[in-house]
Amino acid sequence: MTKNLRVKSSEYIDETNRISFKFNGKTYHGYKGDTLASALLANNVHLVGRSFKYHRPRGIMTSGSEEPNGIVQINPGTNRTEPNVRATEVEIYDGLEASSQNCWPSVEFDIGGINNFLSPFFPAGFYYKTFMWPASFWEKYEFFIRHSAGLGKSPTSSDPDIYDHRNVHCDVLVVGAGISGILAAKNAAKNNFKTLLVDEKNELGGSTIYENNEFNKIDNKTPSEWLKKEIEELKGIKNLEIKTRTSVAAYHQYNYLLARENLTDHLEGKDKTNKIRQRLLKIRAKKVILATGAIERPLIFNNNDRPGIMLSSAIKKYSEFYGVACGSKNVFFTNNDSAYESALSLYNKGINVEAIVDIREQSESKIVKKVKEAGIKVYWSHTIVDTTGYKRLNSVSIMKLSNDGTSVTGSKISISCDCLGVAGGWTPAVHLYTQSGSKLKFDEEKQIFLPNQNTSEQISVGSCGGDFKIDEIIKNLNEKLKDNLNINETDLDNIKVEIDEENSKRNIWLLPSDKPLGKTKPFVDYQNDATAKDIKLALREGFRSIEHVKRYTTTGMGTDQGKLGNMHALGIIADTAGVKMGELGTTTFRPPYTPLTFGTIVGRNVGKFFDIFRRTPMNDWHVENKAEFENVGQWKRAWYYPINGETMHQAVQRESKAARESAGILDASTLGKIDIQGSDASEFLNRVYTNAWSKLAIGKCRYGLMLNEDGMVYDDGVTTRLGENHYIMTTTTGGAANVLGKLEDYLQTEWPELDVYLTSVTDHYATASLCGPNSKKILKKIIPDLDLSDENFPHMSFKESKIGNIQCRIMRISFTGEHSYEINVQASYGKDLWEKCMEAGKEFNITPYGTETMHLLRAEKGFIIVGQDTDGTMTPIDLQMDWIVSKKKYDFIGKRSLYRSDTMREDRKQLVGLLTDDPNVVLEEGAQIVSELNQSPVEMLGHVTSSYFSPNLKKSIALAVVRGGKDMMGKKLFVPMENKNINVTVANPVFYDEKNERLNA
Amino acid sequence: MFLINCPYCGERDQQEFKAGGEAHIERPKQPTELSDDEWAEYLFMRKNIKGVQFERWNHAHGCRKWFNMVRDTSNDEIKAIYKMGEKPPAQ
Ligand SMILES: [Zn+2]
Repeated sequence: MTKNLRVKSSEYIDETNRISFKFNGKTYHGYKGDTLASALLANNVHLVGRSFKYHRPRGIMTSGSEEPNGIVQINPGTNRTEPNVRATEVEIYDGLEASSQNCWPSVEFDIGGINNFLSPFFPAGFYYKTFMWPASFWEKYEFFIRHSAGLGKSPTSSDPDIYDHRNVHCDVLVVGAGISGILAAKNAAKNNFKTLLVDEKNELGGSTIYENNEFNKIDNKTPSEWLKKEIEELKGIKNLEIKTRTSVAAYHQYNYLLARENLTDHLEGKDKTNKIRQRLLKIRAKKVILATGAIERPLIFNNNDRPGIMLSSAIKKYSEFYGVACGSKNVFFTNNDSAYESALSLYNKGINVEAIVDIREQSESKIVKKVKEAGIKVYWSHTIVDTTGYKRLNSVSIMKLSNDGTSVTGSKISISCDCLGVAGGWTPAVHLYTQSGSKLKFDEEKQIFLPNQNTSEQISVGSCGGDFKIDEIIKNLNEKLKDNLNINETDLDNIKVEIDEENSKRNIWLLPSDKPLGKTKPFVDYQNDATAKDIKLALREGFRSIEHVKRYTTTGMGTDQGKLGNMHALGIIADTAGVKMGELGTTTFRPPYTPLTFGTIVGRNVGKFFDIFRRTPMNDWHVENKAEFENVGQWKRAWYYPINGETMHQAVQRESKAARESAGILDASTLGKIDIQGSDASEFLNRVYTNAWSKLAIGKCRYGLMLNEDGMVYDDGVTTRLGENHYIMTTTTGGAANVLGKLEDYLQTEWPELDVYLTSVTDHYATASLCGPNSKKILKKIIPDLDLSDENFPHMSFKESKIGNIQCRIMRISFTGEHSYEINVQASYGKDLWEKCMEAGKEFNITPYGTETMHLLRAEKGFIIVGQDTDGTMTPIDLQMDWIVSKKKYDFIGKRSLYRSDTMREDRKQLVGLLTDDPNVVLEEGAQIVSELNQSPVEMLGHVTSSYFSPNLKKSIALAVVRGGKDMMGKKLFVPMENKNINVTVANPVFYDEKNERLNA
Repeated sequence: MFLINCPYCGERDQQEFKAGGEAHIERPKQPTELSDDEWAEYLFMRKNIKGVQFERWNHAHGCRKWFNMVRDTSNDEIKAIYKMGEKPPAQ
C-alpha cells in the first residue's frame, strides 16, 4: 500500500528536490528537508520495527530524539552502517538506505512475534527468574536470547570517517533554540556575553516555529510569524555563534558540557568524503541557559502501542512542518487542550478528524469551541479501553469513565481510524539539568518535576522550567534573564502577548479498561516492553525503591532512557503504593542524552594516536636491524634481534651467550633519570632509600631500593653522585613518572625545609649499556685517552668524558654481572653513540641484545625486577635483601612498617631460586607451587616470578616467591601443571658467579 | 569535570590534576617511637566523608605543585583551595 499523504507544501520541505531512498529494500521518495520518519509517513509507512521483548509491531511515535520505536539500522552492510538510529532524527539524502531492527526474517513477518502470544509467561523479571537455573543451561539460553534480541549490527570494517574534538569557551551557552532559547541567546549576546546557541535540529525555532493557533498572539502576530522575525534578527548579532544539528550529550559539574555537532550525516555519500563527520564540542560555559523544552506524554491504556498511535504533538509537527498527514482517519485522545490544536491543524488542511476522546468532563477554551464549531465529535469523560489492528491501527473502543477515573461504565463504542494522537500533557525535559547534579522538586499541582536547587550558574527557561503558556514563558524568561545576566533591560520588556486562557487538565497515570489489568497491555516503556502490569507486579514482589523497580522491569533502560514513559512509571508506583510522587524521588538521567558514536568519543585518537608510544633515539637502528619490540609502559623497547629466521628462544640464547663470552650492547635509554640538586640532596636520598648515602664519594655509584610507606618495595636503581650537591638517580622504565611524583610529594608536603630540586631528564639522555669481558676494549677504542684501569675507574664509579666532541657520562655499573659500562650522551647523539659502539665492537662480535636477554642475564645473577619479581607485597626482607636496609639510619620511607607484626611474620612469601629436577624443563612464569601432590584442596605456597633456560649454565633456572621459602633451601617442591607435575628444588637465587668475579674480568 | 583553581596557575580543567587523598595527615616525625596501632592509624586510616572534606590535590600535568582543597563530596562544590603549609580556612 503506497499512498501519498503529502498534504500541503511546507516552507521547510523543498518539493523541487525529490530524494529517493530505500527502506527494508524498497525504494521510496521524499523531499529535501524530510526526516526518514516524515518521508516514511508520507508514504503511509508506519510499521518500522519490532519491540524488544514481545516483538510487537511498532510504528513511529514521535518527531524527535525521544523516539522509542522508530529505531533503524542506517546503510546496513556498509562500513558506514550505524545501528539504533532514530528515524525521526535522520535527514534523508539520495542513496540513503535503512532497515528495521529486532526482527527476523522481516519486520512484516517476525518469528519473535510469538513472544507476544507467550507474554503471560514473560512477566517483569522474567529473564532474571528464568535464565538463572540450571546454570549449565545458560549457553542454550544465551543462544536463544542473542538470536531473538536484535539490537542492530555494528560495522565489521573500519570507520572511513574523520571525527574531531574541539574545546569551546563561552560566557553563556544556550541549549535549545525554541522560542525561549532564541530570546535568551539574543539578549545575552546583545549584552556583550559571548554566547553559543545550540540545537539538535537542523532548523531553529523549536515547536513555536510552526505554532499557528489563532488564539495565541505575540505583538499581534501568530507565534510562528513573530518568531521567524526574531530568528532573522539573530543574523546580525555579534558575540553570537549558532550551531544546529548539535546535540548536548552530557552536562557535567562546573558547567562542563559535551555536545555532538553533526556535520555530514545529512549529506549524500559522495559529499561525506574527506570531511569531519561529527565533532565533539567540549564546552566550558560561565553560565548555562537550558531551554530544552518539554516532551509530550503519552497516555497509558490497553494496547497503546500499535503502529498508527502517535503523540498528538508529533502529528501536528508532521502536518505543519513537514506537510505530512499521518493518517486519513484520525482520532485524538487527550487529557488537555493540546490535542485540539493538532486536530485543528489537520482539519484546516482538509484531513479527516473522526473524533476527540477527552478524559476531562469539559473545557471551555476558545480552541475547544472552535473544534466543536468545526463539527468534530468530542467524547467528554471517555477513555479508550482497547485498540485493534496488528500491523496498523484500525479502530479504538471507548467507554465512559467513572467519576473517580478508576473504572469504566456504560456501553462500548468502536471508532474506526488509522491514526490516533495521544496527548497526556507535557514533561519538562530536565535530563541535562539533573545530569549537572542539580536537584528537582515535584510540583503536585502541575504533576511535573521542576528545577529546584542548582549546583552551578544555570537557569532553566521556557517549558523545561515549567512554563508552558507563551505569556508565562516570556514573562518568566525576562525575569530570569535580568537576574542571571544582571541586566536592567531586555527586548522582552514591551512584548504584548494574548493567549487562549483556559488550559485545564485531568491527570490519570493508568487509564482503566473494561478488562482486568492482567488481561491488558498498557505499555509504559515502549522500547523495553514494560507494561503497567509489570510495574505493579514488581511492587507486589516487594520492590520499593524506584531505582530497583526500574531495573527489575527494565523501565527506562532502553536507548531512549524512557523519555516518554518514566513519569507514568513513577505515577503508577505512587498510586499503587499510596504515596505522593514527590516522596518517591525520580530516577537519575545519565549521559549521554542521546547515544554517541564511538568515533565522536575518541575523535582523532585513533590508529597510531590511540595510545602514544615513546621511542628511544636509537629506535631507527633497532628497526633497521629487524628487532622485535615489546611495550614497556609507554615505551617501545627492542625485545630481541632475530637473525636468519631465529625463534625468540634461539635469538635470546645466542644473545645471552655472546654478552657473557665477548660483548653485548643494550639500549637502556628508557630507564628513568632524575637529576637531583640542592644542599640537602644527600639527606633527601637518605630519607627515600633504605640504605645510607651521606658517605657516598663524588664520582661513585650506589644501588638503592625505594619502599612505600607500607614497607613494600616500590622501585630500584643506581644513583650516582656527580658533585657535592648533585646526583643523578635512575629508576625503572615503567616507574619513572610515579617515582618523580612520589619524591615531589614528599619534598613539597612533608619536607618543605629541604633544599632539593628534582628534574626529570629521562628524555634528555640516550644510554647504551656495553657489557661482557671485551667491553673494556671496545670502550678503549672509542675513548682512547680515558684510563679504564680498575684503580682509576673501578666498578660502581663514574667518569665524565668525551667521545670525539660529544660530552658523555659513563657509569661502570652492571645489571648482568659482567664487566660493563653505561654510556650516556645527549639524546640527539644516541644513534651516533650506538653506531660507534657497534663499529668498535665488530672485531669482538659485539651482539645487540634486547630486554628479554637482559631479563635472562639478570635472573642468572638473581637480580630482581621490580614489578616482575615483586608485586607491591614484598618487603626487602622478603626479597632476602636485608643487606640493603640500613640499621643505623633513624628513619626512611617505609622503615617503621618493616617492624609491623605482619611484615615480621616468618611465613611471608620470600624470594628464592628454583631448579627443576629435569634441567631441560622450563617453568611457566606465574605457575603455582605446592609441597603436597595428593591433597585437595592443596595449599598454594607461592608462584614462579621469572623463569628461563640459561645458556650459560645449560639448565633451567627460576625465581619464585614461596611462603617461608628462606628456610626451605634444598627442599623438594612441586609445580603442578595441566597435564604433568614438575619436580623442583629450592635453591640460592644467585645461580651464576656467586662471588661476583666477572665484574672485574 | 571540575574546574580547579590551581593556586599557582589559575583555573584549569580537572584532567590536569591528580587527587591525593585526605589532607592534613602529617607524617610522624619519629615513626620508630610509635606503637603498631599508632603507625597503622597514620598509614591506613582515612576518612571518607559525605560532606565537607579536606583533600590534597596535585597539578600533575601542569606546575606539579601540591595544594589543598576543601570539597563538599555530596555535590562536589569546591569551597576553598589553599597552598601547602597554609592554615585551612575556618568552616
Ligand atoms: Zn598549577
